[in-house]
Amino acid sequence: MGIIDWAFRKSPWILHFNTGSCNGCDIEIFAILTPKYDVERLGVMLKGSPRHADVLVVSGPVTRQASGRILRIYEQMPDPKKVVAVGTCCISGGVFSNGGKGACYNVYPGLDSIVPVDAYVPGCPPKPEAILEGISKVAKKAGVD
Amino acid sequence: MSSSYERIFDIPIGPQHPALKEPAMLKLKVDGEHVVGVDLDVSYNHRGIEKAAEYRTYIQNLYLIERICGICNVAQTLTYCLAVESLHGKEIPPRARFLRVVAEEISRINSHLLWLGVAAHEIGFDTFFMHVWLDREITLGLMEALSGNRITSSYNVIGGVRRDVTEELLSRIRKGLDELEPRVKRYREIVLNDRSILKRTQGIGILSPGDAMATSAVGPTLRASGIKSDVRADDPYCSHDQIPFNVITADGCDAHARILVRLDEILESIQMCRHCVSRLPAGPILQRLPRRAPQGEVMSRVEAPRGELFHYISSDGSDKPYRCKVSTPTLANLPALVRMLTSKGKYVVNIADVPVILASIDPCFSCAARVEHSGGV
Repeated sequence: MGIIDWAFRKSPWILHFNTGSCNGCDIEIFAILTPKYDVERLGVMLKGSPRHADVLVVSGPVTRQASGRILRIYEQMPDPKKVVAVGTCCISGGVFSNGGKGACYNVYPGLDSIVPVDAYVPGCPPKPEAILEGISKVAKKAGVD
Repeated sequence: MSSSYERIFDIPIGPQHPALKEPAMLKLKVDGEHVVGVDLDVSYNHRGIEKAAEYRTYIQNLYLIERICGICNVAQTLTYCLAVESLHGKEIPPRARFLRVVAEEISRINSHLLWLGVAAHEIGFDTFFMHVWLDREITLGLMEALSGNRITSSYNVIGGVRRDVTEELLSRIRKGLDELEPRVKRYREIVLNDRSILKRTQGIGILSPGDAMATSAVGPTLRASGIKSDVRADDPYCSHDQIPFNVITADGCDAHARILVRLDEILESIQMCRHCVSRLPAGPILQRLPRRAPQGEVMSRVEAPRGELFHYISSDGSDKPYRCKVSTPTLANLPALVRMLTSKGKYVVNIADVPVILASIDPCFSCAARVEHSGGV
């Protein structure tokens, strides 16, 4: 394990991007930063710029408008980088894409059709503990694969 | 305009930006430090919910409509349920009406506290943000006890509410409210006296009563300009005529007044919850309605935490709506936001105040993304 993977494991800095979410997952992602869950004690910090981030935390179904942006943000992040898909919409399109006729016309069926995803956190919205578990899973994976 | 260089510059903000919690594109036209024009694109969250609603049954739509906005999901489902119920021409049981008010007011407290934290964060007062969000967990706990989920509650269903309350739960709600009330009063004191909050919010984002009416602002944004308008009082939809409450207004017309209006509304909501919990009528919580709705057109409106929420449903007599139209409070407040962000005469807007002004209307772009922007932005 090199120094970069070591640093990644100890302090995964996250970047949050909302690709069309209903805000349910977003407020749970912000809730993990606040005193009840307080992830900063574990070295997790929310950063504003993709160039400072190790883990991209994405919430919401990927809309056509946001799909180009999410790709650009992913490409701006330095290696090694991981992606966590938070919420059922982000994993599969969820309630917005039921496969058949009632699918929303502006929504892609899942984030992994745009960028590679390392961890999926299901739920609508997932509990803050689950989001934290997802981030810690990708941090532990650093240097292993 | 000088001949050798352009004086007016464009500053793009977003769609991914540290000051924004949701994707939106702000194109500011600046003259030095002053914002002189703004172009707003909020379509990044556009999903196509209204079209998808036409292919789903009324019951399936409940879960789709709920996910227009995660923060005010109780208000969204409430408006939708009221519309479908009035299509059937049926009243729901009184106990369900009172429980709907409890859920609505708890979600309003949650939304306002959440907003207060975000506003404090935009001002740069992160300690305040952390304190507020810790107390917000109390309301999330109450929501979880009431509905089974912290955020997306699915509490309102067509014809009533999903879950009944026990005496034990009611006393837990009372206890939670008792815990919250002194905290909110303390925050009100801080907002009134703290020098850094006053400096960052007073005189910022002025919206005169005339402008507020002219731009059709709604909710706390309108009430902070001194205009008394609240759907709960003007057009009671859930036994609000039996529940005493005051419509809160403030005369400041600025970002500070908007903070105060929301804080006072939290205190008012706590009183409303207490009233409903202590005078909860006995009886059923659900009135079963047929799957197919009669032919007709209905509209319904609800005072969501951000302002008036409007739903329109047109039915052709089948089990699916023919057309479903949603108009959200953030969308109604956008013209007022543009007015607030534009320097005019003596009123100047500095670039540093843009996040505070933006936060002051409590924007929810996932609500507001009703159309897809096909322009150049």
